[in-house]
Amino acid sequence: MTVTTAPPPTASGAPKRSTAKSDPQKHGRLALMLLTPTFLVLAIVVVYPLIAALRESLYQKKSGLDENGFVIKGDTFVGVENYTNIFKGETATRFWNAFWNTTFFTVTTLALEILIGVSMALVMHHALRGKGLVRASILVPWAIPTVVSALMWQTIFQADGVANEVLHSQILWTTEGFHAKIAVIIADVWKTAPFVGLLVLAGLQVIPGDVYEAARVDGANAWKQFWRITLPLVKPALLVAILFRGLDALRMFDLPYVMIGQRKSSVETLSMLAQEQTTSQRFGPAAAYAVVLFIYVAIVAYAFVKLLGADVLGEARTRAKETKQRKLKAATA
Amino acid sequence: MTGKASVRGAVLLAVAAVVLAGCGDSGDSSGDSSGQSAALEGRGPIKFATGKDTSGNMQKLVDEWNGKHPKEKVEITELPEAADEQRNLMVQNAQAKSKEFSVLNLDVVWTAEFAANQWVVKLPQDQFDLDKFLEPAVNTAKYRDNLYAVPVYSDGGLLFYRKDLLTAAGVTDAPKTWDEMKEDCAKVQALPGNSGLGCYAGQFDKYEGLTCNFSEAVQSAGGSILDKSGKPTVDTQEAKDGLNFLVNGVKDKEIPAAAVTYKEEDGRRAFQDGQLIFHRNWPYVYAKAQATDGSSQVAGKFDIAPLPGKDGAGVSTLGGHNFAISAFAENKATALDFIKFFTSEEAERSNLLATSQAPTRTDLYDDADLLKQFPYLATLKESILTAVPRPQAVQYNDVTAAMQDAAYSAMNGQKSTDDALKDLQSKLEQLTKE
Repeated sequence: MTVTTAPPPTASGAPKRSTAKSDPQKHGRLALMLLTPTFLVLAIVVVYPLIAALRESLYQKKSGLDENGFVIKGDTFVGVENYTNIFKGETATRFWNAFWNTTFFTVTTLALEILIGVSMALVMHHALRGKGLVRASILVPWAIPTVVSALMWQTIFQADGVANEVLHSQILWTTEGFHAKIAVIIADVWKTAPFVGLLVLAGLQVIPGDVYEAARVDGANAWKQFWRITLPLVKPALLVAILFRGLDALRMFDLPYVMIGQRKSSVETLSMLAQEQTTSQRFGPAAAYAVVLFIYVAIVAYAFVKLLGADVLGEARTRAKETKQRKLKAATA
Repeated sequence: MTGKASVRGAVLLAVAAVVLAGCGDSGDSSGDSSGQSAALEGRGPIKFATGKDTSGNMQKLVDEWNGKHPKEKVEITELPEAADEQRNLMVQNAQAKSKEFSVLNLDVVWTAEFAANQWVVKLPQDQFDLDKFLEPAVNTAKYRDNLYAVPVYSDGGLLFYRKDLLTAAGVTDAPKTWDEMKEDCAKVQALPGNSGLGCYAGQFDKYEGLTCNFSEAVQSAGGSILDKSGKPTVDTQEAKDGLNFLVNGVKDKEIPAAAVTYKEEDGRRAFQDGQLIFHRNWPYVYAKAQATDGSSQVAGKFDIAPLPGKDGAGVSTLGGHNFAISAFAENKATALDFIKFFTSEEAERSNLLATSQAPTRTDLYDDADLLKQFPYLATLKESILTAVPRPQAVQYNDVTAAMQDAAYSAMNGQKSTDDALKDLQSKLEQLTKE
């Protein structure tokens, strides 16, 4: 997640005990007072762990045993060695494999989730009867904890499970191979498409009905209405959904970990590498992996906001211009 | 495996541990380097950290203890069901030097790590009648010849086999060797209607179970993972023969393809559904497969035998749990007494009756009453007495991961047996060089 740390507004000058004339100063002090708790909380839960992780990633535990067979204690400062180790030899192969897996999962699941999520939102929006029921039932997967859904899908994908039964196949889904990736994608899309659907639905509900009425009067068919009205108007909500889901997918962990298993290269993600180091008490390398993942997520988030965020505004502006021109044309005609 | 529901919680805690580790080491590595905590002193209430008390018998024993020792009450702290998470929590507590846990219920493979890190204290050997315990189980509780824990539960692999099918095919005895087992399979499968049966399966998914099955295969071929001095020996012909038993089994379809996804419960289900002729699993399967409520189709049709090997009887790996005392705990004298109480013959007997978990006291295996109730005890004793513990390495996590990588890639045809073992040998050499 990105952290925007604006410096807290500080009251300038010495505190004055005087009259109500120093209004802006008073406001400043009040603002500071009101904001301090927020910044404190942010500092404790975001800034401190981040700095602690950065610091940790520069250390390594001393290795080796003394003559009595006891582990030699203490940390040594190793500079960036934990980072360079990631990109060396066999670990590099594993890292890049995990990197591509993470990216692959993010791109594929996002694409499917948008497709399915938007369709779901349209259904939920247009459902005439049993609106509440349809909405609730579509949202059920989102309400199930990931670990539970992972175990559930594991049962579905086991050798004699439902998936093979339905497909009349003999695929061993949880073994190494592309099929394991597919299994993870299916389970993830099943779980998170409703989230996209929910956000898009919220976007749909604020589109005024008269826009569609006007379109219908103009003779636009359903497809055109969707393409020219629904999609552009729902785009801001959709982008938020994509951003959230994208960042979420980049730190995917529990689904492949529980459903497929540890150390299976077909589905190993970056978070799993960090977790593995942690369980072996190697906190330095673990922190280094976590920081690398953090940087990757931060870059993606920044690019996303920069590219798509700017685009949203740009489009709104051109649309405004277009309508103005159209109005002008209509007036002159 | 169940109980992964708190994977997320464990990860969160792990992250917290990353943060805490920075301030946890107050650098008292000096002094006490022999690990002698002089005497185990202090009496008072203690906490006992353990995995799930599924049968409720732990609580029963603790209640009994509390009744007798009102000033030294024991409280059970139940940890998550999955072994990894139990270990994570105990390690985090140790790293924070927390007094929270006094008595720890450790898996047999964790002893070396906990002892070497001085998270548990050395125990006075002369205060326990260790000669009354199964020797292999006691060895799992030792690190460099010092006692750090006391074995409470043991476990060994057994060969479950379909006696009815073997009899129908004219085979009277359970196979002693892998070749005999394969021949028996061929005979059974030749009978009409049996061609679809799988010959043999163990636990071959990529997890701790594979480490057990792989070590068993190597040991049953006369090899070892580490030798007596702790040097890796997986580049030997015996190790190759062992791994090849599994690799060729998959290749020749004696091990059904689906078995590479099996954990304990998957294999048990397949055996209970009558899909397997031979199945390697832990003793707990006996009661479930013998169930007559309709859940098992093989009730009364199977029997158990010691694991087969290459040229003779196989060698099981050793499972089980030991109790240890946390180095950071108060009231260590109470903790010691509590462990003595829990490993007494009466306590172990009541535990066997309630949970059917294998005890660690030798006498119980020869008890006529118990034998009547648990007919597999004799075979299990044989299995445990010849069993070999998994490598007692300080970095056990890395060792078991390397073993799983090697066995899994070979069984799934990604690497040849030779390459897999060569890689494993070099990795193990690196991990055990200190």
